[in-house]
Amino acid sequence: MENTKLVGIASQVRRDILRMVHAVSSGHPGGSLGCADFLTFLYFEKLRFDSNNFTMDGKNEDLFFLSNGHISPVWYSVLARSGYFQVAELATFRKISSRLQGHPSTDKKLPGIRMASGSLGQGLSVGIGAAITKKLNHDNHLVFTLHGDGELQEGQIWEAAMYAAANKVDNLIATIDYNGRQIDGDLDQVLALGNLSAKWEAFGWEVLEMDGHNFDAIRSVMENAISLTGKGKPIVIIMKTEMGQGVDFMMGTHKWHGSAPNDQQLESALSQLSESIGDY
Amino acid sequence: MEIEILGNKDTRSGFGEGLAELGRTNANVVALCADLTGSLKMDAFLKENPERFFQIGIAEANMMCIAAGMTIGGKIPFTGTFANFSTGRVYDQIRQSIAYSQKNVKICASHAGLTLGEDGATHQTLEDIGMMRMLPNMTVIVPADFNQTKQATIAIADHQGPVYLRFGRPVMPIFIKPDALFVIGKADIIKEGHDVTIIACGHLVWKSIEAIKVLEERGISVELINMHTIKPLDEAAILRSVAKTKCVVTAEEHMINGGLGEAVSQVLARKMPVPQEFVGVNDTFGESGTPMELMTKYGIDTEDIINAALKALARKG
Repeated sequence: MENTKLVGIASQVRRDILRMVHAVSSGHPGGSLGCADFLTFLYFEKLRFDSNNFTMDGKNEDLFFLSNGHISPVWYSVLARSGYFQVAELATFRKISSRLQGHPSTDKKLPGIRMASGSLGQGLSVGIGAAITKKLNHDNHLVFTLHGDGELQEGQIWEAAMYAAANKVDNLIATIDYNGRQIDGDLDQVLALGNLSAKWEAFGWEVLEMDGHNFDAIRSVMENAISLTGKGKPIVIIMKTEMGQGVDFMMGTHKWHGSAPNDQQLESALSQLSESIGDY
Repeated sequence: MEIEILGNKDTRSGFGEGLAELGRTNANVVALCADLTGSLKMDAFLKENPERFFQIGIAEANMMCIAAGMTIGGKIPFTGTFANFSTGRVYDQIRQSIAYSQKNVKICASHAGLTLGEDGATHQTLEDIGMMRMLPNMTVIVPADFNQTKQATIAIADHQGPVYLRFGRPVMPIFIKPDALFVIGKADIIKEGHDVTIIACGHLVWKSIEAIKVLEERGISVELINMHTIKPLDEAAILRSVAKTKCVVTAEEHMINGGLGEAVSQVLARKMPVPQEFVGVNDTFGESGTPMELMTKYGIDTEDIINAALKALARKG
C-alpha cells in the first residue's frame, strides 16, 4: 500500500482512538496513539487474514495477539477499519453490554479477538502456544504479538523468551512498543530495562530495531523480520515510538497513558488529525 | 456393605494411563509438563507421542498461557504439575487466558492435599478446589480412585471448555470398576441408606467407606455419594438423598473454607436446610508426615467421619 494511504488510515485511527476514550472519559490514548502506525501497517499491508469469516482457530491465517491489552482503542479501530465489524460499533467502547470491553475479551465474541488480555505479561506465552499449534497443523502462517515496554517488567515475559529460543519457535514475531513511559512516569525512573537489545540477544532471539512512526522503516524491518522466520530463532522487534504520537500536547509525557481528553482537548487534538476515510 | 477392593494404586497413575490412552485415540491431545513428568506419570504419553509432548521447564505461568494459545487451531492441551503449582501459583494466568477466554485447557493437578505427605505445607495445597470453583466457565473434578481418575481423564478430552482435574500421590484401594460409566456432573451413589448422607470426594470416599462399616455395625444406615464433580454440582443427587436422610456429612481433603462442603451447604441452604457436619481441614496449613498420620492429625480420617455422622444424626433429633 502507498505510504500516503497508510498515513491517511493511521490519522483516521487516531481520531477514532481520541473520540472513543473521550466519549466515556476513560481508556488509554497514549500508547494507542503510539502504536497506530504499526497496527495500521500490520493490518492493511502485512497480515494475512479473512475479516469476513473470523474463526477462533484462525487456520491458514496469520494471527495477532495484543499482550498490552490496555491499548485496546487502537486495536478496535484497526479491526473495525479492516472489516471485522461495523465502525459504528466503536461508539459502544467501554459502555455497558458492549463487545468492546475496556480490555480485549473473547466472551462477547468480538470478531478479531482470540484471547483476553489486560493483566500484563501473558501474551508472549499465548503467542508461543499458537505458533506451536501452527507447526503441529503444518500451517506456515505466522504469529505476531505486541507488548508494552513496561510489560517487560513482568517475569513471565522472560520465561516465555527463554522457552521460545530453546525450542526454536521461529514462526513468531514479537514487537515491543518502546516508548519509555509507563503509568507512574518514565520507565527509567520506575524500573529501568537496561540494555534491552542485549537482553533479548542473550536469551537467543533475533533482534531488530525499528522506527514505529516511519512507514518506509516499518515496511523494511517487517519484511526483514518475516524473511528471518523459519530459521530456528524467534524474532523480536524493538519499536521506538512516542506515547501520544500525533497530538502535540499528548507527546513528551506519560500523563496520557490512561486518561481521556476533555471537550476542549479533544477539539484541539482532532484539529491536528485529518479525517481521511470518515469518522464513525 | 459389599464393596470389593480391586487393587491398590495411586490416582496419579490413573491419570497417566488415561493420558496414554488419549495419546492413542485422540490426535488433538497434547501434553505439557513443568519438570514433573515422572511424578505426574506422563512418561507413557511422552514415549509414544514425543512430538505432542512439551517440556516447559519450571515455568508454570508460561505453561498455562502456552496451553491457552495452543487451543487456537484445535489442540486439546493437558497441563501437568502439582496441584499447588497448577492453581495458586498461576491463578491469574488461568483466570484471564483460560477461564475468561474460555479455552479448552485441561489443568491436571497431582499431589493435591495433605496426602502429598513429607514435602510439607509448601506443597500441600488445601485451597485449590475453592479457587477453581470460583472461576466462571471452570469445571472441577476430583475422582475417587485409580480407575475413576483414568475414566475422568479420558472423559474431559471430549468436554469442550476448561477443566481442573485433581488427584493425588498415595496408594489407595481401588473400588470403582474399570468399566464403570463416568459422567461429568453426575454423582455416583456408592451405597444407598436412610439415616444419614455422606457426600465425599477424592481419597475421602474410601475413608467414608471405612467409616460406614463401623456406623452400620451400630445399626446406622448410611447413604454414600461420591461427588466426583464439584462443579457443576449434582444438586439433584444431593436433594434426592437428603430428602430421605434429613442430615448430611461432607468429607474432603481440602479446607472446609471454599470446598465441597461449602458447595453442598449452598444448595441445602437454598432448597432444603438440614443439619450438616463438615469433615475437612479447619483453616490451618499442613506439615510434614506420612499421608495417613496427616489425615489423622488434621481431622480428615475415618474416625472423624464417624464422629461427624453421629453428630449430624444427633442434631437431626
